[in-house]
Amino acid sequence: MTPLAGVMLSFLLPRRAAGIGLATSAAVAGASGLFVAHVARHGATRYAIGGWGAPLGIEFVADGLSAWLVGLGAVVGLAVSAYALSYFGPHAGGHDDDEGARGRHDFWPLWLFLWAGLNALFVSGDIFNLYVTLELLGFSAVALVALAGTRDAITAAMRYMLASLLGSLSFLLGVALIYGAYATLDLARLAEASRSDPATLVALTLMTTGLMIKGAAFPLHFWLPPAHSSAPAPVSALLSALVVKAPFAILARLWFDSFASLNTAALAAWLGALGAAALVWGGILALRQARLKLLVAYSTVAQLGYLFLVFPLAREADTGFTAWSGVMFFVAAHAAAKAAMFLAAGNVMHALGHDELDRMAGLTRVLPRSAFALVLAGVSLMGLPPSGGFLAKWLLLHAAITRGEWWWVAGMLAGTALAIAYIMRVVARMFAEPSTPPKAAAVPASMEWAALSLATLAALMALAAVLPFDLLRIGAPVAGPLLFGGAP
Amino acid sequence: MTLTPALLYALAGCALFAIGLHALVVQPHLLRKILGLNVSGGGVFLVLVAIAHRGPGAAPDPVPHAMVLTGIVVAVCGTAVALVLAGRVHRATGTMEPGSSPAEAREP
Repeated sequence: MTPLAGVMLSFLLPRRAAGIGLATSAAVAGASGLFVAHVARHGATRYAIGGWGAPLGIEFVADGLSAWLVGLGAVVGLAVSAYALSYFGPHAGGHDDDEGARGRHDFWPLWLFLWAGLNALFVSGDIFNLYVTLELLGFSAVALVALAGTRDAITAAMRYMLASLLGSLSFLLGVALIYGAYATLDLARLAEASRSDPATLVALTLMTTGLMIKGAAFPLHFWLPPAHSSAPAPVSALLSALVVKAPFAILARLWFDSFASLNTAALAAWLGALGAAALVWGGILALRQARLKLLVAYSTVAQLGYLFLVFPLAREADTGFTAWSGVMFFVAAHAAAKAAMFLAAGNVMHALGHDELDRMAGLTRVLPRSAFALVLAGVSLMGLPPSGGFLAKWLLLHAAITRGEWWWVAGMLAGTALAIAYIMRVVARMFAEPSTPPKAAAVPASMEWAALSLATLAALMALAAVLPFDLLRIGAPVAGPLLFGGAP
Repeated sequence: MTLTPALLYALAGCALFAIGLHALVVQPHLLRKILGLNVSGGGVFLVLVAIAHRGPGAAPDPVPHAMVLTGIVVAVCGTAVALVLAGRVHRATGTMEPGSSPAEAREP
C-alpha cells in the first residue's frame, strides 16, 4: 500500500509555488496510477493505518470503486493542473492583476488540499472518517470558489459554505445515531450488523439528506450554479468533475454496501425519481441561461440526475452490475466532459472577456481548439457513440429495459433531448457567422490543449471500455452479468 | 422506554440541532446563520456525549468523545472560514444580508 502512503505524504510537504504544485500533481497522479494497478492486481484490500484495526483505528478500503475514482481524479487533476499553470501563470492576461496574483499564491495549496481530501474520502472505510474528509473537501472547495474575488463569487462561496456545513452537520448527526445503535463506525462491520429499526432509518435519512445537499442533488442543488459558474475556470472544472461526485460515492457505499438490506424498492424509486426530475429541471434551466458558464453549471445539475438512477436500477441481481458500471462510466465520462467544457469556457472568457452566448458568433475562428473541445465534450454529454456518455447511457438503458421499467427510459430520453437542445444552442452560436470578427486575446496553448485532451478522452472513452469492467467488479457490492450485446 | 438522563441529553441535543437549523433557514443575517450552524453543531455534540454514556458508575465510551473533539476542531475551522467569508461578503456587497440583494436573485 505504498501508493496510499505516497498520496498522503506528498501533501505534507510545504508548497507555495506553481512548480512545486505541478510536481506534486504529477507525483500524486503517479501514485494514483500505482494504486489502481495495485487494486487491479491484488483485488480488494483493507489497510489499517498505523496498525490500528477497526473498531478503534481508521481503516482504508481499496476496491474497484475507490480505484476507479482515484484514477479518475488523477486524470482530470493532471489536466487541470496543466491548465492552471497557465491560467494562474505570471503572464496570464485577460483578467486583472489582483486576481491573478491572489490566484497564483493560493490556488496550488488549496487544490492539493482538495485533492488530498478527495483521495482520502474515496478510500475511507468508516463513516466518521468520511465526515472529516467531507469537511476537508468542503472547506477547500469553498475557498477555491472565493478565489475569483468577484462580488458574485464571494456571495456564491458564502452560500456554498452554509449549504456545505449544513450538509455535513446533518451527516454527522446521522453518524452519531448510527454509532449509538451499532457501536461501530466501520462500513464493513455495519454491513454485517445492519437492521431496520427507527434509529437506523432516522440516521440514514439524515445522512442521505446531508449528502444530497453536498452533492447538489435535485431539489437541493440551489447552491451549485452560482458557485460553479462564478469560480475561476480550473476550479469550476474540478468542482463539477470531481467534488460533487464525492458525496455520491458515499451514498453508493452506504446504500449498496452497508445498508443494502434497507435499500427498499420504494426508497430506490424515490431517489431515482429525484434523479429523473433533476434531468428534466436542470435541462430546462440550462436551456434558458444566457451565459456559457451558467449553462454548463445547470447542465451539471441535470447530469447528476443520471447518478441517482443507480439506486432503482442496480438493486436487483439481474441488472445490478450493468447499472452499476453504467453509472461509474457516467461518473468518468461526465467528469472528463464537464471539466473540458469548463476549461474551454475559461478560454472563451480569457479570449473574449465575457461568456455571453449571444456574443459568441465566430468563436470557431478565433479559438478553434476550444470550440472543438466544447463540441467533443457536448458529444459525450448528449451520448453519441463512441463517447463515454454513450456507453454509460447504453448500459443504463439496457438495465432499465431489461427490468421493464419504462419510466426510467422516458426520463433518460427526456434528459438526452434537453442535453441535445442546450448543447446545440452553444454550437449554433459558436459557428454563426459574425458581422464583425470578434476581438480576442491570445490564449496560452496549454490551456487550449488541456481542454481538448479531456474532451477527446470523453468522446472516445467507449473505445477503451473493455479493461475497466474487471476493475469495477473488484469488491463491487452488486452482482449480475454485464448486459451489453444486442439491441435493447 | 424510560426517560434516563442520557436520553434527555440526546433529546435536548436533537432540539438544539433543530433550533440551529431553523435559525439558518429563517435568519437573513449571515452572522446569525453562522451562529445557527454553531448551535446545531453543539446539538450534535450533545447527542454524541449522551451516546457515550454507559449507565451510572460505568466508564463512558471514549470513541464518541474522540468524535466530539474532532468535531469541535472541524467546527472551529468551519466557523473561522465562514466568518472570513462573511467579512468579505460585507466588504464586497456592503451588506450582511446577501439573500436580499439583487445579485442573488438570479436563480429563477
